[in-house]
Amino acid sequence: MAELTYRDAVAAGIAQEMERDNSVVCLGEDIAAAGGVFKATVGLLEKFGPLRVRDTPIAEQAILGAAMGAAMTGLRPVAEIMFSDFLAVCWDMVANEIAKTRYMTNGQISLPLVIRTGNGGGSRFGAQHSQSVENWAMAIPGLKVVAPSTPADVKGLLAAAIRDPDPVVFFEHKALYATKGEVPDGEHVDTLGTAAIRRQGSDVTIAALGLMVPRALEAAERLQAEHRISATVIDVRSLVPLDTRTIFAEISKTGRFYTVEENPRLCGWGAEISSLVAEELFWDLDAPITRITTPHVPLPAADRLEDLTIPSAARIVETILKTID
Amino acid sequence: MRTAANSRTEMNDEIGAETRLALYRSQFAIRSVEKRAYDLFLQNLIKGTSHLAIGQEAVAAGFAMSMKPEDWSFCTYRGHAHTLARGASMTGVLGELMGRECGLMGGKGGSMHLTDIDNGVMGSYAIVGAHLPIAMGAAWSAQYRGTDQVAVCFFGDGTTNIGAFHEALSMASIWKLPVVFVCENNLYMEYTPIAAVTPVKNPAADRASAYGLDRILIDGNDVDVVYRTARSAIARARAGAGPSLIEALTYRHHGHSRADPAKYRPTEEVAAWMKRDPIPLYRQRLIESGVGEPTILAMEEEIKQAVDQATDAAKSSPPPADELIYKDVWANGGWAWRN
Repeated sequence: MAELTYRDAVAAGIAQEMERDNSVVCLGEDIAAAGGVFKATVGLLEKFGPLRVRDTPIAEQAILGAAMGAAMTGLRPVAEIMFSDFLAVCWDMVANEIAKTRYMTNGQISLPLVIRTGNGGGSRFGAQHSQSVENWAMAIPGLKVVAPSTPADVKGLLAAAIRDPDPVVFFEHKALYATKGEVPDGEHVDTLGTAAIRRQGSDVTIAALGLMVPRALEAAERLQAEHRISATVIDVRSLVPLDTRTIFAEISKTGRFYTVEENPRLCGWGAEISSLVAEELFWDLDAPITRITTPHVPLPAADRLEDLTIPSAARIVETILKTID
Repeated sequence: MRTAANSRTEMNDEIGAETRLALYRSQFAIRSVEKRAYDLFLQNLIKGTSHLAIGQEAVAAGFAMSMKPEDWSFCTYRGHAHTLARGASMTGVLGELMGRECGLMGGKGGSMHLTDIDNGVMGSYAIVGAHLPIAMGAAWSAQYRGTDQVAVCFFGDGTTNIGAFHEALSMASIWKLPVVFVCENNLYMEYTPIAAVTPVKNPAADRASAYGLDRILIDGNDVDVVYRTARSAIARARAGAGPSLIEALTYRHHGHSRADPAKYRPTEEVAAWMKRDPIPLYRQRLIESGVGEPTILAMEEEIKQAVDQATDAAKSSPPPADELIYKDVWANGGWAWRN
């Protein structure tokens, strides 16, 4: 096991796949010579050369269009959209073209491609560079949606996404890039569509994603230490496909379910899971489901306001205590 | 502008009699299928919408004839012509329009999304501009893999005003990609004259210099001109010399779509362009240069029969199986979003 940062795990995952498969290529703004604005693709240009690691103009439709055209003709492109907010600029490519082409062509066209993108808040960048938009992607049939929270998952799930025959939108959390963690040595490929149980408890079950996973874990430790409440924390990891089996099994054990979502409230990913739980697991519940989300506002920039807006460990603890009392 | 005036030649020139007959056959076949599609609409056998290319056949025929089977074409929702020109079956096209099992995509795509990858038809795209970056990406793949494949991308004059046009042209030029962008300027952006919504006279040709490309403006109703221009642009792309942007002037005889009677067009303008209908013009040229009319009549009769047979086959094909709803969201054939 080697300790890697989340950002180095991105480059490690891509490099692992580029080494074994010549059809894997990368493109995006500043990803080659500059190594990415988040330094997540450092070293790839030097290792694989300018034909496989290409800087593009600021042209998100061209980036994703190029990835799609390349994918339908035999390559496995990994395209970077620098900030996930910019997906709005090329949403036609994501929602109308990439997601629907296999279906509309009755399976004639395959699109094995990955859209990597820096997602989420905590960086004081304001409302257009901080959003959590994983629920946008989740709403479109034909896209797989992944959001890792640890360096090991970044490498393993990115490798799996690159090998997957379907388009995958891969949400990297900007506030996690500097975090460190153990990453298995040698080839590491994880499985898409699987959740991970990060902490096993007996009183409540918390489902979280991305940056909300470490916050949920911190909250769980405080609940245990200060209030003797034992929490299970599930890292959802993959919104599509969704590992309802793992999530449901944990909820059944505790009877109390919370989601911790960075996306604004309406139509957040937790709403879908909650509705599934209400439909299929109602009799296993001992209390109403509670969603802990960013309120339904655009994100403010000031550090104090941003910190109060996005769910914190303190807010998770507070909400759980309130609903258990 | 390249027109027949400076390209007119005898039958024994570099195009030759055999290719010319094939160019005529292709145009006539497209026209016949499009007319049949129109009739089937009136009979309510084709639902939804449809965008006919009647009047614009020369561009489709001239380019398709210049492409190798392994080259790729990308076209718009006005794509029946380009799809047929590459060799897609008439039954497959009509069946798709009619929502039948025998359709090119089993009825899942419809008129605006005709795709037939076995014939290099990499899709018809219904969001204006989307397929320019996608064609550019296919060309990137050809360049990267070292094949000599070329992507040809057809679009209308209206597309030149959307951002994806600029993004694709720009990146294709920077990366010197083997892609040919073909603007079919039929003078109308849906219901609006293109001149009313465009700051330059020739929406594609006048913008070529912005991408470091030559200004190429041609008579898109003369299939010889189209064919020559296509061959040279495709050869340039294949040789690694980069993309081209071609503006072909043409005219649609009907409205934008099924719902449009095209009353916004001046009568004199329509009359002038009807006189420049590419198919009778080319037929006349074939006869003048020595092709016997019986040869042409026999070819036309053969095509008419083929269209009738395709129509019957499509009509007798059942609707798609209900199970198709849940098929092919994913590469494993299924649609599961949870376990």
